[in-house]
Parts: sequence; structure tokens; C-alpha cells
Amino acid sequence: MFTTKSFIKKNKVGHFLKHVREHYLRTDISCGVPECKKCHSENTSSLTKPSNSNNCSIFNYDHYLILDTNIILDQIDVLEEPIISNVIIFNTVYKEVKHRSLPIYKRLNTIIENPSRCFFLFINDHHKDTFVPETAGELINDYNDKCIRQAIKWYIEHLPNKKFILLTDDTKNRQLAIADNIPAYTVRDYVQNLDKKSLIEDKLSRNDLHSASEEKELFPPHLNKIELLKGIKEGSLHQGVFRASTVNFLEGFVNVDDIKEPVLVQGRAGLNRAVDGDIVAVEVFSKEQWVSPSEIILEDEDVDEQEVEEKEEILKNSTVLESEIKPTGKIVGIICRKWKQYCGILKDTSDLGLYQIFVPANKTIPKVRIQTRQVEFLKTQKLVVTIDSWPRYSRYPHGHYVRALGLIGSQQTENEVVLLEHDVPYSQFSKEVLRCLPKLPWLITRSDEEVRVDLREFDICSVDPPGCTDIDDALHCRPIDNTDTLEVGVHIADVSHFIRPGTALDLEAASRATTVYLVGKRIDMVPELLSSNLCSLKEREERFAFSCIWTMDRQANILTTKFCKSIIKSKQAMTYEEAQLIIDDKNKTDAIAQSLRHLNSLAKILKKRRLDQGALVLASTEVNIMMDSETMEPLDVKVKKHFETNSMVEEFMLLANMSVAKKILDEFPDCAMLRRHPEPPASNFDPLVKAGRHLGFDINIESNKTLAESLDKADKSSHPYLNEMFRMLTSRCMLQAVYFTSGTLQKADYYHYGLAVPLYTHFTSPIRRYADIIVHRLLAVACGADRTYPDLLNKEKSTILCQNLNYRNRMAQYAGRASVAFNTHFFFKGKLNDEEGYVLYVRKNALQILIPKYGLECTLFLAKKGETTMFQYDEERQTQSADGVTFHAFDPVTVRLQLDSSNIQHEKFILQLVKPIIRGFSVPALNDLNDGDRTESNEKRKSDEESGKNNIKKNRK
Amino acid sequence: MSAKQQLINKIGLRLDGRRANELRRIRCKMGVFSQPDGSAYIEQGLTKVLAAVYGPHQTRNKQKAQHDACIINTQFSMAVFSTTDRKKRPRGDRKSIELSVLLQQALSAVIETDLYPFSQIDVYVEVLHADGGIYAACVNAATLAIIDAGIPIKEYICACTASLANDDVPMLDISHQEEILGGPTLTITALPMSEKIVLMEMSQRFHLDHLPKVLDKALEGCKDIKEILDEAVKDHVSKIGSATGWANASS
Repeated sequence: MFTTKSFIKKNKVGHFLKHVREHYLRTDISCGVPECKKCHSENTSSLTKPSNSNNCSIFNYDHYLILDTNIILDQIDVLEEPIISNVIIFNTVYKEVKHRSLPIYKRLNTIIENPSRCFFLFINDHHKDTFVPETAGELINDYNDKCIRQAIKWYIEHLPNKKFILLTDDTKNRQLAIADNIPAYTVRDYVQNLDKKSLIEDKLSRNDLHSASEEKELFPPHLNKIELLKGIKEGSLHQGVFRASTVNFLEGFVNVDDIKEPVLVQGRAGLNRAVDGDIVAVEVFSKEQWVSPSEIILEDEDVDEQEVEEKEEILKNSTVLESEIKPTGKIVGIICRKWKQYCGILKDTSDLGLYQIFVPANKTIPKVRIQTRQVEFLKTQKLVVTIDSWPRYSRYPHGHYVRALGLIGSQQTENEVVLLEHDVPYSQFSKEVLRCLPKLPWLITRSDEEVRVDLREFDICSVDPPGCTDIDDALHCRPIDNTDTLEVGVHIADVSHFIRPGTALDLEAASRATTVYLVGKRIDMVPELLSSNLCSLKEREERFAFSCIWTMDRQANILTTKFCKSIIKSKQAMTYEEAQLIIDDKNKTDAIAQSLRHLNSLAKILKKRRLDQGALVLASTEVNIMMDSETMEPLDVKVKKHFETNSMVEEFMLLANMSVAKKILDEFPDCAMLRRHPEPPASNFDPLVKAGRHLGFDINIESNKTLAESLDKADKSSHPYLNEMFRMLTSRCMLQAVYFTSGTLQKADYYHYGLAVPLYTHFTSPIRRYADIIVHRLLAVACGADRTYPDLLNKEKSTILCQNLNYRNRMAQYAGRASVAFNTHFFFKGKLNDEEGYVLYVRKNALQILIPKYGLECTLFLAKKGETTMFQYDEERQTQSADGVTFHAFDPVTVRLQLDSSNIQHEKFILQLVKPIIRGFSVPALNDLNDGDRTESNEKRKSDEESGKNNIKKNRK
Repeated sequence: MSAKQQLINKIGLRLDGRRANELRRIRCKMGVFSQPDGSAYIEQGLTKVLAAVYGPHQTRNKQKAQHDACIINTQFSMAVFSTTDRKKRPRGDRKSIELSVLLQQALSAVIETDLYPFSQIDVYVEVLHADGGIYAACVNAATLAIIDAGIPIKEYICACTASLANDDVPMLDISHQEEILGGPTLTITALPMSEKIVLMEMSQRFHLDHLPKVLDKALEGCKDIKEILDEAVKDHVSKIGSATGWANASS
């Protein structure tokens, strides 16, 4: 059967056009119920398994559930519970969900795709008996409700001995349904009467809890959609993404496209219930009302109303700096909420009532009010909670509990929180993925030998950090007979041989994008069989490799470059330290030692040449945490050591990457995957230039070359760590390097600012990065070793892939840092130390202190809460002074370090100044303390420990 | 993963409710005008095309006349009201000229031109409503009109479009909506009985790996269309025949 749909739509230019589309009605759509004999169900999307039945005390019979759109949109967390099954989703509902919220649509899809859940999608709008024509002047919502009712009616007639129940929270639809003799209930009624309701009730979304009338309205109302759109069109409002400040809960920024600087929003009225990440509409004040961002740190601590008002007052007074004035505005409406699920804990109160306050781990997210009947249990747990709504009268948004992760403070839970917070996929590899792996024992066949170059006789070795099991690069170097040239080879594990495009393994790796390294744990991108065995270029094992072989003269000029797939056998797998020893040991003259020495001398030339071109040498505080292998407790925290061999390996990897980038760009000008590092805007360098000026160094940021030169000069012999800190500050001014597809950008934008090279890509770590696998595939095609496949050459697909890779890489980096931070905290628990450090930044009410020994950065508050500070802050010169002592950036200090565990979620270091001595502020050094003090602090520590134990005991109960 | 709309949903239905291998509804009529020698009207979904054939008649332009074959003159045009956006379409814009030439090439592959030296056949096609697959509908309409005119042809010539849904599943007879949302569209003009391809056109680049399956699908579509056209022709002929009385003689 055939009908047409017509509708009128406005096009981009603003004309109203009539669209007519065909709409076919079919007779071959199955109802999905397995017992049904009338429908030939060729697609067996089994609606019922015998084990599945819905039991609800309202009805005494088994039944099928039919959901209205509002149920899916609001109660997706309930639907994700396996207790709800045998559900029929109508296409009308399905399409509306997609239209209203893509994330929920995706979650609904995963439920539908899970066969054990028995969710069935019924295409009601193309079925000849359930299709309802639209009547003129009908609202779309009413029409959709009509379709739902019509389809249920059909189901009831179609299968008279089955029961169907409609769940809807829309009162009108429910009444109309009941009038049509369709059993209809609200989701609350239904869930409360479920036999096995357990804790599912907590997961109900709360939208209609209070009648707001009698309560004080804390927030100005939001404008409605139409007003917002009108305002944006007229230019009186601006659309942007809201970013909450990490240190001040009453402040945030809105990044607006057409205003250069982010718009500052302050105070509760200014923020107006926006949550970090939301797309909001902001009204920008006139210039006279613009203020500067406050440089104070404010935390949302008490529920007391007055306190908040006081804090708002403080905020107002600290924003009057003329020089720092920023565009200021207020948020008048929310265009799109970006609420996610948040990890955190319940606020510690003695109150065991129904309503609890949830404190998210992420400080940019406000606290959330939730309703629960299992307070006792949840108090000991890390939770996941989502936000449902934020009414005007409520200080905190309303939300509901989703799931518990595990005991607070246990390392396993913390690791999971880190992974969850950073959206790292960490589940086990699925069976389909594992099925793609090669069978063991894995042997090299004759046909492999035919297509690959045999390099097994070469003296190839690998140099890696200690404990590395996923070795993806190896090197060799040998003089070529009768000439003064050298042959240098970089051999990279041939992962793309095992991971074929389009397989489940490939898709999984693409979605994971990178291996994530946490302290004491590694989340692999590919299953362990590949990462630590078949791909890893292990010592004295025959392995497949992708080789890049150059001939070079002694001045490290590349004469020829060759790429080939090969078979290699690594002669030795070394750590950086071992390799360094071999190079330094004059007595060793075997092939490996020779080749290492050649490589080392070439690397030095290469490095010098690179630096001359303007490559930056940056510094960061990377630390190694030594773990106790049994208890998994951190034993010591150390800054990573660097050897000459580190830079040797790095130079050759860079060289290989550059050579490959050139090759694949030549071959695929339109779809090569490259990596670029954009030049940061000059304003990013402000703190660096300011800090340099006061120490008498002129930091020239004109280009990367001048920057590198001025960094080299910024050194004082009296201050050994100074240069290092300058480099550290510089690395914070940088933008992220990103992957991109060559066809999407101008050639000039391919530039890699940090390395100062026009072309760069990632080729050398395919075991732990997906980008490298793509580059391998491109290169394999370029040198005739493999075939292309559609997605590889598809610009749009590659761009989407790049976005995912960039996102995952960023998240993996943050996750790694978060894990280190947690373990450092764990290490310092109960310790009290005096440490040497340096002032990194001077803030208005605090000093940012860097402790190089542990790579720690913490805040030294200059005034206690409620007290006035004795320090004088000089805005221009960025100094704090008191009692004749002045703090500049980079000044050395000694501080006492102690971990404050009063807030379990945000354990933080408390610093006290030891040196320089300021009367009334600094504390005496630990060594000078008399015994009495020491025992006191010991006792304190003990009592801390005891209370900790008590906590644990309580948890066990 | 992709932000692009899925052209085929989980159940295997397309946006308008068809399955991947289903054509749109085809309705056709021959002999719709009395002035030309042959005429036909075809509807493929919402795409509606009229075709009229004049000739063979003497060449007007003596210079162009060929001593061993007739020349085929085709003219393609679209009605101003044929698309959602009402546009002036002067005859002879680039697109029309291109489609005219393509149509002419397709028809010269089947018409027995050597039977009519020094003469000319005029084929006019007019798109009344465009909803995807215009060229294919024009070819099919022209075939019917030529048959109606009684001009000898080697066999039916049919055209059909095909594309890839979700970058994987080949699908048939692309509507305008799918043309906009989806990837490349392949139009083929073929002789369905001898399985010869006369003309093939891609709207954009796509990977060679996909070509065979899309091509197969399109060819299948051409065969299906041929069946429908054949039915229509037989129906038409038997109607005309019965008016003249021969149908009675056989029964």
C-alpha cells in the first residue's frame, strides 16, 4: 500500500517549502510475539524467553510492556535494569527519542540489541493496520500518542490471549488510553508494585517532587526556547558552552564563538543553574559592568544559606581589578543540557533520611540531591549519580542514584572511578574480539617468508623502559661495506598484520584508541596475546615487523629511505640504563655495542639539527611510583630518570615518523592521517613572559625558534632548577597536538610547532595507539604490501576517527595523571615531611608550590578561612610580601607537607611554610621540634590511623 | 559512530518503508497524446515523466543528415514546478544538455538506426515531478514512447539507480531524500535481456570494493523494471488490438 506524507519546512534561505515524501505501508511486518501464527516472523527477534516474565502485583498475569516516549526519556536508568523485560518499542516512540535526545537514543539501542533483555522494535508507522493518517491542525505530540494507542489496540485485537500494558507519565494520553480500554499506568505505580522491586525505585527519575509554590526561589527563571532563539538571532544573547571554574564554585566562563574572550559569569544568579558543559545562552552586560575574574579560591562547603550569600559578597569585592577586566554576563537560559553520569560519594551527615546530598568527585559539578532508601550502604560506597532536573527553588540539582562502584578509598574502586570519569572503555574483550586472534602456536609460514624481507640475521636490538612487555620498536645500525655510509633501521611491530580492517578486533581497538597506563595497571588497546606476545618484539623471537631503513652518511644526512614488511629476530631487549652501560663500557666491542654507539652519535647530530630548527625542549614532572607487588601499595615516588639512550631512541622514532608522514602524504594527499601541533596564541604565554620579565629574562615568543633560544638563556647558575621550571611553564602554554586527515586542512596548518617540523605522524607505537595502525595500513598500501579498503580512503570517516582518537588520547592522559595523583596521596597518607620546593605561581590568596622531588604541585594558602591575610599582594609584579619577605615566582621555599583526609573524595595536601621564616605564619622545621611536639604529632597520626581503621571496620559491617 | 543518518534501520526498512531490494511503485501508461507518433507517461514513486516521440521523419537540417542511419534528437526538460524549490529552468542549461546527450547515447544503442537513412527521430522528455532517479525514469519513459511509436528496437532499454546504505548494504531505486542523505548514486542504463550495460554514471567517488555489489543490484533493478514495462506494453497492445478486432479473432 502506498500513501504520501507531506509537510512544510523552512529552508536555510528562509523560504517555506512543501516537501512530499512517499510512505509505504507493508503487510509483512511481524508483531514479534513468538507464539503468534498470523505473522511470519522471519527476523526472530525473540520477544520472550521462557525465563523472562514481568511480575507486577497490580496484575496477576504475565504481560508485555509498551512504553511512551516520556518514559524512555526520563527513566532510561530504570529501563537499563534487567528486571524490566518483554518490552515493545514502537517506531513512533523510537524516532521521537532519537529526535529529542541522542545519548538516550544510543542507550536505548544498546538495550534493544541485547537479546537477553527482550526488547522488540515494532515498526508501527509502516504497518498497514497500525498506520494512522495525520489530521489537519493536529499537534505532533497528540498525533504520536494517537499512533501509540492505535498500535496497542491492534496488538490487543491481534493477540487476544496476551496482555499489553501501556506505561506513560502523560496524564492525557493515559486517560485517553483507559477510555479506549487499554490498561495504562504511570511508571511510578508500576515500579512500586514490582515483585522484585529491590532498589530499582531509587533509580526512578524525580521530576515532580515538590510543588514549588511555598519555597523561596533562589534562581531567576530561564527564558523559554523561543525567546532564546529570538535573542540569539537578534544578537542580544549569545550561545556558548559553559565551563565552571575548578577552584571557585561561584564562577565560570562561557566560550562564545563570536566573542574573542570567554564571557565571565559570576554568582548564583549569573550562573543560573548551568552545569559544566551545558550549552547556554548568555547575556553580555554593557562595558561599564564588566569585571575581572576573582583570583580567590572558594569552595562550596556548607548548606547554610547565609554562608553562600557571604561568599557571593566576597566574590563581588574581589573582582575590581581594572587591568584584568573580561567581558561579563549572565546566563539567561539553557539551550542544551549535557548532563552525564557523575562519580562521587554521599555527603557525610548523621542524618539517615530519605534525601541525601551527593558530592561529585569532579569539582566543577555541583552537589546533587538524591533520594535513597539505602543510606547506610551507600555511605561506604563510591556512587554514580545522574542529574534529572534543577528547579528554581532548589539550591542543588535533583538526581538519582545509578549504581555503586565499591568501597570508598580502596585502590580498585579508585582505579575504576578514574577510568569511569575519563570515559575509558575498560571492560573485558568480548568473545567476538577474542575470536579474531590468531591461534597458538603461531608459526611463520613459507608464504609469509615470500612476501617479507628476511632481516633475521641483522643485529637488531630494542631499548625500552624497565618492565616493558609491549615492545613495539627495535633498532639496528651497521656500516655499509666500502663506503663511508651507515645503514640505519627502525623496526616497528607489524600490528596491522594481525588486526585486519573491519573485524570486531579492529572496531574495538578503534574505539579504545589507545592503551591507558595507570599506576600498577594497564588497560590494553588490543588483547594481551597480541600486545605482550605476538606483536611485541621480544628478545630472540622471530617477529613480523614494518621496517624503515635509511642509508645515512656520517653527518646523519639521509641518502635513501626504504619501507618494507619484514621478519626480524631481536638479539637483545635492553632497558635504557643497560643500553647506556653498554655504550659507556669501552671494553665491549660486539656488534650490538658498535651499533648502539653509531646510533648514539647519529642521534646527537639529529637532535642538534632539530633544536637548531627551533624544536622546543619542554619539561614536565613525570614520576615513577614504586609499587609493592603484593599489597599494591605505593612504596616510593620518584621522578623518572633520563639517560642519553632515551633521547637516542626518541630521535630515531621522530625520524621514522617524519619519513613515514612524508611518504603517506605523497601517496594519499587526501586521506593521510597526520599529527599537527598548532601554534599557541600569544596570550597563552602571558604568565611565562611575566615571570621571565621579573627575573630579568626576555622571553621572545615570536616563533618556536626564538622561544627555544630565550629558554636556553633563561638560566642562573645560582638557581639550578630555574631553567627546568621555565620549561615546565612553557609546556603549560602549549596547545594539544592532534591527529587530523590531510585533506581537511590547509598545508600550512600541518605544521608541528613543538618539534618544528612541517610534517609529522605517529608510526612507531602501533601496539598502544590506534593512529599508528592506520598509518601502517596507509604505508603498507603505499609500498605495495597491502590493499586499501573503503573506510581508509574515506575523508569523513577518517575525520570522525581522528576526533575519537584525539578525545581518547586526551582522556587517557588525564586518567594517567589522576591515577598518579591518587597514588601519591596514598603514599603520603599519615606522613609528615618537610620538603624543598619552589614557588610556581603567585595567586591573590595563595602560592602555588612545586615540589620537584615528587613532581607535586600544591597550594599554600596565605590566610586561613575568615582571617585577613598579613600578606601584601602586588598585582603588577606578581608578588606577595609580608614581614620583610617577598615571594616571587620561582623562589625556593621549604614547606611542611601533610595530607588532609578530612574530605575523603578530595584528599589534599596541606602546606605550611617552614622557610623563609615569617613570624606569625611559618612553622618551625620538623628537625627543630622538641620531643613533646613530635609525640604530639605522632599521637595525632595514630589517632588518624585509628579512625581510619574504624572506618574500615564500619565498612565491613 | 557516524553522524550520518542511517538509511536502513535495524529491521531492514528504508526511510520510506521499502526494503533494500525493492523498487518504488511504478505506474505507466502508453499513448497518452494523439499528436506525436508515440508517447508515454511513467511514475516511479513520486518521480513523474512524460515522453513524446516524433518520427522517423525527414531531417530538417540537411547538413546533419546521414546516408546510412537516422539521427536521434533528444530534448530533456524539467517543469518549473517539478522540484520543491520553484525555479526557472531555461531549456539548454548545462544539466539539461548533459542529460539530453546521455539519453541520446542510450537510445542510439537500441534503435535500429540503419533502417532509416536521411531521417531523424525526435524524443522529448519532460519531468513533471522530480523525486530522485530522474534520468532513469526518462530512459524508461522514452523506451515506452518509442515502442508506442512503433520504431524497431533491439530490446528494451531500462535504467535504474542504486546506492549504498550505511556504507555497506546496496539498495535499489534511490529517492530524492536518500540521494541527499546517502552516499554516491550509481545510475546504469542497461539492456536487461542481454545484460549489457550501455551507460553508467556515478555521482561521486566511492571505493572500488563496493562497485560489484552495487552494480549487480542496479542490474537486478533494470531486469525488474523490464518486467513491469513488458507487462504494460502487452496490456496496451492487447487493448489497442482488441479495438481493432484481432484479439477477438484469436479468442
